[in-house]
Amino acid sequence: MKRLLKGARVVDPASGLDGAYDVLIDAGRISKVGRDLPVSLADGGVVVPLTPAFVICPGFIDMHVHLREPGQEHKETVATGVASAVAGGFTAVACMPNTKPVNDNAGVTELILKKAADAGLARVYPIGAVSRGQAGEQLADIAELKQAGCVALSDDGHPVSTALLARRAMEYAGMFGMPLIEHCEDPSLKGDGVAHEGPVAASLGLKGIPGIAEAITAGRDILIAEMVGGHVHVAHMSAWTTLEAVRQGKSRGVKVTCEVAPHHFTLTDALLGAPVPYDTDTKMNPPLREHRDMTAMLAGIADGSVDVIATDHAPHHADEKNVEFDRAPFGIVGLETAIPIALDKLVHAGVVRLPRLVEMMSVNPAAILKVPGGSLAEGAVADLTILAPDQMVTIDRHAFVSKSHNTPYHGYTFRGAAAATIVGGRVVYVNAATGIALAAEARS
Amino acid sequence: MDAPAAQAVVPATSLRRKDLLGIAELTPEEIVLVLDTAEAMKEISQRQIKKVPALRGRTVVNLFFEPSTRTRTSFEIAEKRLSADTLGVAIASSSVVKGESLVDTARNIEAMGPSMIVLRHPASGAAHLLSRVCKSPIINAGDGLHEHPTQALLDAFTIRERKGRIKGLKVAIVGDLLHSRVLRSNVLLLTKLGADVWVCGPPTLIPLGLEQLGVKTTSRVDEAVEGADVVMMLRIQLERMEGGFFPSLREYFSVFGMTAARLKRARPDVIVMHPGPINRGVEIASDVADGPFSVILDQVANGVATRMAVLYLLAGGGADNEAVA
Repeated sequence: MKRLLKGARVVDPASGLDGAYDVLIDAGRISKVGRDLPVSLADGGVVVPLTPAFVICPGFIDMHVHLREPGQEHKETVATGVASAVAGGFTAVACMPNTKPVNDNAGVTELILKKAADAGLARVYPIGAVSRGQAGEQLADIAELKQAGCVALSDDGHPVSTALLARRAMEYAGMFGMPLIEHCEDPSLKGDGVAHEGPVAASLGLKGIPGIAEAITAGRDILIAEMVGGHVHVAHMSAWTTLEAVRQGKSRGVKVTCEVAPHHFTLTDALLGAPVPYDTDTKMNPPLREHRDMTAMLAGIADGSVDVIATDHAPHHADEKNVEFDRAPFGIVGLETAIPIALDKLVHAGVVRLPRLVEMMSVNPAAILKVPGGSLAEGAVADLTILAPDQMVTIDRHAFVSKSHNTPYHGYTFRGAAAATIVGGRVVYVNAATGIALAAEARS
Repeated sequence: MDAPAAQAVVPATSLRRKDLLGIAELTPEEIVLVLDTAEAMKEISQRQIKKVPALRGRTVVNLFFEPSTRTRTSFEIAEKRLSADTLGVAIASSSVVKGESLVDTARNIEAMGPSMIVLRHPASGAAHLLSRVCKSPIINAGDGLHEHPTQALLDAFTIRERKGRIKGLKVAIVGDLLHSRVLRSNVLLLTKLGADVWVCGPPTLIPLGLEQLGVKTTSRVDEAVEGADVVMMLRIQLERMEGGFFPSLREYFSVFGMTAARLKRARPDVIVMHPGPINRGVEIASDVADGPFSVILDQVANGVATRMAVLYLLAGGGADNEAVA
């Protein structure tokens, strides 16, 4: 079926388009993008009248989520995770391998892909483990993982245990064109820390994790990537020192990319002490850091050093979080808050213009993972995120589609929302509050 | 996290707050109220019959998730002197070993209708967590590395008793600054009351950013002790050496241990304090701990009076004019 999206603003950084264009979708692909496309559709297609208050972008891809299935279905499942993704405006997610059992073999990868196909909402790209069982000793069967559908490798939750294993992984994965996504953290400096090491942790009596614990491992991997010609992607960057290491690597031509999560460019560790002292929904790893780090992340986003915005969506059950700060698991959900935060705190705040945001949330993740999307070129998959940049949103954790509600943003109001999510030409999510003239569709 | 803004203070006869979670939340006026009330309580502790009916009919649960001799005994004696019914729940006999969460344990205890819960717990912020789920007043008897407010109050009481004031005194706190809740509460209290606070320890045991609490930090013990009115020693735990924070207890004592020779740099009327339990020959020499400047046992005695004051003021205190005398 043909569908003509008419009258919206179109932002497609890959082609440089930014303006009022019509988008014609046919058979799940982009058929044409142009001005004043004819509205008479031969085979009974539909015309969707939109206004410039809506922005059509290539589908947003969150390249760092935890879907928790198999093994921790009380936190999230593939089905609830992809429902949360499309409700947040994402057409695809890449999921980390720290499930139970670990995604270190084709069986787990296939299970995830089967569950994703059954759900039929966002696309799911599994990330395989670097090491068997994420134990940091022996490489996982990387060719098998690639064959089964994994798009990248990571021991996320932990760093790759040694420089030697990181070297071997980058060398070996390079054969398959898979990036190594590194959870940068020196374990000895992290110790049993639970918060950013600094004045706030000192006054709250919480054990600290210094910013350089991240930068040291990032530095290690950048040097390895430089030596072996590998590609390292720095996950959830949070410290200004890490950004410096990435910038230096890039300036030397090293294939290093990086992502920042919304909480690391909007919040600081001051939130651990007030308004709710020891709120476990402010506990994540890497931790909320200090003002200098937060402003560095914004600067890196503004100057192009940061490649990707990814949420590190980490669902945890309310019971697991309703404990002492030391005992609570690290992590917050992010899929359903990312677009409001990014539009408000980056675009409306003047840090970046919208096309640059689309690069970070669509174009670059597609390129890093080498997956379809990131473009509205003729013949590309019709994965679209439609934004309503001026829609006001108040975050309500109880309204989340995700199975878990662990967010520090409950009650925050942001300007900007996802209006609709289209995957393979099918409307999978509509935000009725925006008044967009679309309706979600069941699978045909 | 800022110091509370100064405001017009009506002379209070009770702490107008539900809990005592930390010194951080208290105004200087509230601190002084506790100290003044503790003076009256101390008088009770010196009578022949050391008992008043202030908390008669009230039940205080002492919920201790960490071993404690001094603090627990001190609270229990304070509660009994105020005629409260007291109940101790210790970790060994608690249901925590069965996997129950702190929140569930607290809710179960609260369902039995206690008037107050005194909590000692190894996790920082545990008292804050309990205060959010319990209607009963919570008294923090030490949470992790965070605060131990009644210790700081009894220390301040002891200093004021000996020196007549706190404002303007040079107080040197020496020891493990990183793992000490006693340090945090004392720093907060002493700076709120205008003392000149110096903290001293090996750099490995000084938390990053501590000076932002308004103290001077040094690793030279002579500099900290020079001209001090008060020298407060903090306990060094054996496991800190195993954690690699310093090479050996012997070396620690040689660099940081409080000896009579080092103490000569302090003012001639210096007092030496220690929250206990002391490690003789590690952080403090025996002749200093037992010497003429030591007020260590006064601290213990004043702990009872100070905790009576806290219990009394949180329970409503003079608000309902229940007689102390």
